[in-house]
Amino acid sequence: MFFKRNLGAKIALLPMIIISLTVFVGCIIYSFVYSLTNSKLIPVFNYVGFDQYERLFKTRKWDVAVENIFIYGIVFTIGCLVIGFLLAVLIDQKIRAESLFRTIFLYPYAMSFVVTGLVWKWVLNPTFGIEHSMHLWGFTWFELDWLVNRDLAIYAVCIAAVWQGAGFVMVLMLAGLRGIDEDIWKSLSIEGIPKWKSYIFVILPMIRPMVITSLVLIAAGVVKVYDLILALTSGGPGYSTTTPAMYVMENFFSRANLGQAFAASIIMFISVVCILAPWAYYEFYFRNREAKV
Amino acid sequence: MISNTIEARGPRPKHLSIGRIGMYCFIVMCALFFLMPLYVMLVTSFKDMDEIRSGNLLYIPKSLSFYAWPKAWGEACTGFVCEGLKPGLVNSLKITIPSVIVSVSLGAINGYALAFWRFKGAYFFFGLCLFGAFIPYQVMVYPLLKIESALGIYSSLPGIILVHTIFGMPILTLIFRNFYASLPIDLFKAARIDGGNFLKIFFYVIIPMSTPITIVAVILQVTGIWNDFLLGLIFAGRDNQPMTVQLNNIVQVDYGVAEYNVDMAATILTSMIPLAVYFVSGRWFVRGIAAGAIKG
Amino acid sequence: MKKFISILFYLTLPLSFISVSKAGGHMEAEVIHWWTSGGEQAAITKFAEAWEDMGNTWIDTAITGGENARGTTVNRIIGGNPPTAAQFNISKQFVDLVEQGQLQSLEEVASAEGWRDFIYPKALIETCEFEGEFYCVPVNIHSSQWMWINKEVFAKAGVPEPNTIQEFINVAPAIQDAGFIPLALGGQPWQESLMFDVVLSSTLGRDYSRQVYGDKDVSAFRDGRYELALQTFRDLNKFVDEGAPGRLWNDATAMVVEGKAAVQIMGDWARGEFAVAGKVAKEDYNCVIPGEEKYVGLGGDVFVFPKSSDPKVKEVQLKMASMMVNPTVQAKFNNAKGSLPMRLDVDTAAADACMKMGLELIKNPDALLKDSDDYNSPAFVNAWDDVLTEFRNDSGYSVADAMDDLENVLTSGL
Repeated sequence: MFFKRNLGAKIALLPMIIISLTVFVGCIIYSFVYSLTNSKLIPVFNYVGFDQYERLFKTRKWDVAVENIFIYGIVFTIGCLVIGFLLAVLIDQKIRAESLFRTIFLYPYAMSFVVTGLVWKWVLNPTFGIEHSMHLWGFTWFELDWLVNRDLAIYAVCIAAVWQGAGFVMVLMLAGLRGIDEDIWKSLSIEGIPKWKSYIFVILPMIRPMVITSLVLIAAGVVKVYDLILALTSGGPGYSTTTPAMYVMENFFSRANLGQAFAASIIMFISVVCILAPWAYYEFYFRNREAKV
Repeated sequence: MISNTIEARGPRPKHLSIGRIGMYCFIVMCALFFLMPLYVMLVTSFKDMDEIRSGNLLYIPKSLSFYAWPKAWGEACTGFVCEGLKPGLVNSLKITIPSVIVSVSLGAINGYALAFWRFKGAYFFFGLCLFGAFIPYQVMVYPLLKIESALGIYSSLPGIILVHTIFGMPILTLIFRNFYASLPIDLFKAARIDGGNFLKIFFYVIIPMSTPITIVAVILQVTGIWNDFLLGLIFAGRDNQPMTVQLNNIVQVDYGVAEYNVDMAATILTSMIPLAVYFVSGRWFVRGIAAGAIKG
Repeated sequence: MKKFISILFYLTLPLSFISVSKAGGHMEAEVIHWWTSGGEQAAITKFAEAWEDMGNTWIDTAITGGENARGTTVNRIIGGNPPTAAQFNISKQFVDLVEQGQLQSLEEVASAEGWRDFIYPKALIETCEFEGEFYCVPVNIHSSQWMWINKEVFAKAGVPEPNTIQEFINVAPAIQDAGFIPLALGGQPWQESLMFDVVLSSTLGRDYSRQVYGDKDVSAFRDGRYELALQTFRDLNKFVDEGAPGRLWNDATAMVVEGKAAVQIMGDWARGEFAVAGKVAKEDYNCVIPGEEKYVGLGGDVFVFPKSSDPKVKEVQLKMASMMVNPTVQAKFNNAKGSLPMRLDVDTAAADACMKMGLELIKNPDALLKDSDDYNSPAFVNAWDDVLTEFRNDSGYSVADAMDDLENVLTSGL
């Protein structure tokens, strides 16, 4: 009986179930097991307890990486949401050449992170880039030394990332705005509420699902940020723009320090779970139950 | 259904007020900011190295130099093989096309099964799968290597296709499920009463309604897979190295002379396909999303 | 749908088999390396030519960046699809592979050809020998202890050319006043740590270097001398321009070549940049190994040969190993690479004045310096470099804090 009911669906979902169990769950277990070893270049089971974790938390570079991912996560997320919403509102003003503007704002999303990193590295280069251009134009006071300034370099990464991601958020928000009923606008204008107020206090709450979706899609990218920073700053100056994903990657590849890489990735995973679990609980348990009631 | 939701409401205002002029100024400035990197890439690729070192980044080239483009496309060397990006293009197509087809198909059928044919435990596995979207893929590289080598497909085309399918699955399943969940359930019930089984309903009822979401999914996957560097490097094998790996070989010189014009030309060439996809189908992308392809 | 997916898989399968069948022939060898820039390409071509002249096929897998290339090698060994030969540095990078039995022993050909008699300096043998057997082939030697000097800049500034780091620090303000950048530096971790190591070895000598990096002697590390070296390193910072972070080494060399900067501390590969610009050693530019005692380190490259279940592969591997140490091949390869050969009976007539200095120095066993990566794992070396690069870039990072963090690494057992 159990097998017969929804048999088609069960067979269809088999790949997903197998992949979730073997790859996703399997990888976490595998990584955890080997994070308890002192594996160097290749995974070897030499049990050392939680030494790798202890070392991780004693490493100054890891602290910097964690701090950076918070800065990046907050600035990038808010930047994308604010600029994406602003652009969507502008585009929604019945402007001319709407699709041209939309394409202009969206095209960076088609670029790879490596390309984004390279081109911004070029634009922000203090010797050849915008700063140089401004100096040639006589604005000798102009300074744009973000990439070589260890306190500002992480914000240069954020700018490049927002440039790439804001267009996608704009599209999502625009789709939300276009779903708003005409009558709502009519009644808002009858009541004489200024347009900017209506957008922020009335419309924004109405497109909340789109905001949440944008947030989730952006957030999934935040943890993984690696290629962009590699291409833009390689983690420098010093290691001031390093991130947890970079820390993991360099221990995997260049440092032949697998045990440490596994430990760092497990910590990354646990942090993600801690942030995500409440949302997932709300989304798939709480809301489902709500729906049934 | 689609076309209605995308157009702006009502006619454009006939008169340009000061506010509207200000708004246009602002939006044009934003557009210039977004375009600037692309512009810089283009002009730099047509300059020679002397002008790049001495001249103004934002100026158009004094004399058009076509040195960089053919070099990036077919002459730049990796080791002593000097074929530029050319072999990478074919490899990227060989990887991207099957990967997109397989992963989108899998996402669609997963989403369909989850939305309409719920069974006990399905959502538990869906939750697991979703966590997959947030696992840093660095964590999965080594175990996957082991799995693929046990299956005998490591460093081959099926190997890299499988990897892209796995990494694309969580988000694709999510957006397909959300889209299908927003379809009227009555339609599905009627089809079942008519005696439709799992596959029949999928092919005759669901697929015909899936155009907007499929366009969105395909566009997301094409750009995502095309732009991947790391997985291609690790899983594709030496004969299938995608264009991004070749791009990296050209631009990342530790011990060589950096030719920025060639770098920029190579960069544009590598981005050409996803850019074309966006320029051509961007409209449908926006429509697809507006038609409910992605929802909260 | 599932059928469709599986059909798709089968459709794409042949695409991958086409390339596999190509590799099934006679003496074919796939070589992974990271020599992708101009001079390096010329050099690896010499190997490939020599190999193909023997009637064989060379399959070239060049991957930019040592990290990517080494990572690929390891991944492919784990994945069961290893290359015939792969490049590593003269270091401890591949020790794990030997210990796990992943590499082919080259002892057969090494003892038959008498490698132990002709490989020079003898320290190279230590790199490759594990429990009495050879596991790698050293192919070239690079030393990193060089100071590259633009003679014209010093003439214009009216100060004498330095022979030690301290002398340089003394004259650097005058160079700055004359409108030049005293020290050209590329702000990448490896370049910064290279510079620091030159400061350390040239001011504190080779025994001290061994005590810290080799013996990991905490009391030697803490006796005040290392702090001094860190302080000197920080003093040098004043003479570096702001654009340094992320700069490539050859862009920094170009600053010296073009007369914008006075000095660069860089390995002997920088010579190639001067040569390309048409500059003549000892006339336009000078090369100095700073310090009262002159030391040269033994950097460079080796090739290793991953084990294969196929006995035919071993035959190919031994043949290639033998080819790489052949004196004629060595001469061609190293002249193209601008590095020193790993044996003394090689024709080095093409060497310029600076290269001759290096050749003379490596003949003296007392001048040979072992670098940190000759003693330590890549994990150790990189953790050390992390502290150094952050120390150079963050003026708020005190010497005392850096010492504590370095001691953590020193005692970490990495």
